[in-house]
Amino acid sequence: MRFFSLMKIKINGEETDVTDGLSIFGLLELLRIRPGRVVVERNRDIVPRDSFTATMLAEGDILEIVHFVGGG
Amino acid sequence: MEDFFELAGTKYCSRLIVGTGKYKDFAETKRAIEASGAEIVTVAVRRVNITDPNKENLLDYLDPKKFTILPNTAGCYTADDAVRTCRLAREAGVGKLVKLEVIGDDRTLFPDIPATLEAAKTLVKEGFIVLPYVTDDPITAKKLEEIGCAAVMPLAAPIGSGLGIRNPYNIRIILEQAKVPVIVDAGVGTASDAAVAMEMGCAGVLMNTAIASATDPILMAEAMRQGVEAGRKAYLAGRIPKKLYATASSPLDGILT
Repeated sequence: MRFFSLMKIKINGEETDVTDGLSIFGLLELLRIRPGRVVVERNRDIVPRDSFTATMLAEGDILEIVHFVGGG
Repeated sequence: MEDFFELAGTKYCSRLIVGTGKYKDFAETKRAIEASGAEIVTVAVRRVNITDPNKENLLDYLDPKKFTILPNTAGCYTADDAVRTCRLAREAGVGKLVKLEVIGDDRTLFPDIPATLEAAKTLVKEGFIVLPYVTDDPITAKKLEEIGCAAVMPLAAPIGSGLGIRNPYNIRIILEQAKVPVIVDAGVGTASDAAVAMEMGCAGVLMNTAIASATDPILMAEAMRQGVEAGRKAYLAGRIPKKLYATASSPLDGILT
């Protein structure tokens, strides 16, 4: 019996397996990243923060999760 | 006397814009920025380290309600990368101000001018308030202004070099023709360099390394604040012309004979 399956996605250049049916919000929770401090790009399109919960990840997705760091 | 400069309708009393890179930690960053009196601070956009347990964020130390956050496009070598970075920055919800820099090569960190112009066009069209880092070239500065940039930011000298203003005559020409604020960006080494830029009539000075890499960054931040203020006041006060020969300060009448 199979409860869930895994899918391959790329996060910040690293290939990762995540469970099927995971939202962006769910992924950030899993990674312990505060959603309010990051911007997420999915397959080169920016995902607005208010769509984090509704946006489901799909096999082969390429995600960039960025934030502000010190810079000049 | 109220003295301020305006960027896209917002008034700023501090003419010192500071970067947040190269500090020991966020606490030192915060202390240096407070000592500098800056109201605008630059930040970079980078990938979150997803395996790093330290989840502290720069914005935990810099309240975006208190400071104007100016995201940069440092590290971008193409117009597309710079535009992409600006779009990501805007989504972070800190406003539409961006410091556009499209780097030409990693040895000089001089800007790639055609790419900077191209990115500026796209960003202005998309409603960004664009502050472009540019070489001290009056023609490029003019073109950037014509595109609709809110300021022009000629470099004093290469980023992080600490050489001070290398070509004051070009900066003067840029100042003479510009109708937008001219902010000297990059290359300042110490407080007198900042004062020189302000004495020439620049609207502001942007710096990072000169403060962050000083032996005592907090003290240097204070020195830079005072250097910028002193330079600005000297500019407003109107300096005396330079003359080759002496003019006596004491009266010539009533000298004992």
